[in-house]
Amino acid sequence: MKNKLFEKYFVFSPYFWLVLFFFIPLAIIFKISISVSEWGMPPYQDIFLFDNGFKINTTFENYVYIFSDYYYIGSFVNSLILALISTFFCLLIGFPLAFYIATSNIRLRNILLVLVVIPFWSSFLLRVYAWKIILQNNGILNVILLNLGITSEPLQLLYNQYAVIMGIVYTYLPLMILPLYGYLNKFDLNLIEASKDLGLNRIKTFFKVILPLSIPGIVAGSLLVFIPVVGEFIIPEMLGGSDRLYYGKILWEEFFVNRNWPGASALAFSGIIILVLPIVIFQILYSRWSQKNEI
Amino acid sequence: MKSSLIKSTVIFLGLFFLYFPILVLIFYSFNENKRVMVWKGFSLRWYNELFNNEQIIEAFIISIKIAALSATFATILGVMIGYSLVRIRTIPFKSFYIFLSSTPLVLPELILGLSMLLFFISLNNVIGFPSSRGQLTIFISHVTFCIAFVAIIIQARLTDFNKNIEEAAMDLGYNYTKVLYKITLPIILPSIIAGWLLAFTISLDDLVVASFTTGPGANTLPIVVFSKVRLGLSPEVNALSAILMFALIIIGLFYFYFNKKFKH
Repeated sequence: MKNKLFEKYFVFSPYFWLVLFFFIPLAIIFKISISVSEWGMPPYQDIFLFDNGFKINTTFENYVYIFSDYYYIGSFVNSLILALISTFFCLLIGFPLAFYIATSNIRLRNILLVLVVIPFWSSFLLRVYAWKIILQNNGILNVILLNLGITSEPLQLLYNQYAVIMGIVYTYLPLMILPLYGYLNKFDLNLIEASKDLGLNRIKTFFKVILPLSIPGIVAGSLLVFIPVVGEFIIPEMLGGSDRLYYGKILWEEFFVNRNWPGASALAFSGIIILVLPIVIFQILYSRWSQKNEI
Repeated sequence: MKSSLIKSTVIFLGLFFLYFPILVLIFYSFNENKRVMVWKGFSLRWYNELFNNEQIIEAFIISIKIAALSATFATILGVMIGYSLVRIRTIPFKSFYIFLSSTPLVLPELILGLSMLLFFISLNNVIGFPSSRGQLTIFISHVTFCIAFVAIIIQARLTDFNKNIEEAAMDLGYNYTKVLYKITLPIILPSIIAGWLLAFTISLDDLVVASFTTGPGANTLPIVVFSKVRLGLSPEVNALSAILMFALIIIGLFYFYFNKKFKH
């Protein structure tokens, strides 16, 4: 009987915290997203009105508003494209790195792995700031380019979408490498030898053996990069210019500048539905499935 | 021979890419000149100014305080979740439990920040608390999204864990609680420390969620730094970066030390 009490305590303390401070806040976002906006403080009407009997006062106007305006849709699409490109480059740089680390001898492997992940521990904001220094008009990259005679005058490297991609690939790279490494590490190197013995050349070995076996790692790493990048706010704010608007920026401005709380909530809730929910459902199904198969 | 050359080159370029910006930052922190990009000579001037900058020092203290407190709470709750998911079979609405404990990992910070802010405002409208936002609201928000990171580490550790030890202790007459406090928790202690360090760093580094939930008297270090470098460069921030990077890298090494132990 005592065990039960103790189990309840362990299960329900975090349960209580997360329902109160995580689930209810998400529910409030949904509630405000279907509220009628008005001028005032708070800038929306209650969804339940009691003045002339009971009345439910909700609207989908906010969703119609953001989904019919190219300003919002366009920004969301921009963010998706940005996330896609950044994920691609993270994969392009991260895959060979993870592969070669995983195929190193065990001592070197651990050292390399720590070396790759350590920058991830240092401050995110300051790593983005470092790129601001590198890409300045009189920054180190321009100095090198000028001295090599590649350009005759400093290039405008900062405050555009390319700088944003650069910053994102740099800061998110460890998130791609870790899961890739996790899967490649389990990989039997003899398979590569076997495929070579059977007459496949390097390229064929890569596409027929290595790549298919590392797909779970690629999926895991890509999700870890893709999702947060869609909502990324700091990097475009610091390195980006006015050439592209992104989801994070318009959500921020809708709330803090336009003070349109229902609109901002509708944007946020749409982000959850489109981006986060499919992955969470997939994770839960996957963990149930793997648990069932184990037992 | 040829393939090992390619291998070394890839690894070297990869590490160069990862460390070059950090080295640039540290290098320029020793620049005498007020204009960050124009080198004038080696100097510790900006370190000196940094230690005399009350705004930054105060923000640093606030950040450390919030990070230590929220890491502690997140670790306690995260250990409970990790333990529940692996050891306790009867969790009501288990899918919902998993949803609650894993979604903060993938939810964009911006959405989390907005939801917390609207929650605190709504709560204040209903029960009159918290009347203003500040360190307490940042603390609550940080605990909420750090729990998930700790839970994952503990869950991984307990899944690897040899259950026989626990069962042997039970056979020898230890009750459930005693097994937990005398056997299970001491064995997973390195992972608990690793989880705490991770939560501490995440809280210390967070800008977005803190920006939403901050209030008067609660400017954390990232908020102050961001306000200084959003539009330009700041030599003081360069000096701060060098120190902070160094400190955080040390914490990271400790994390690896503790977290690696469980692999044996």
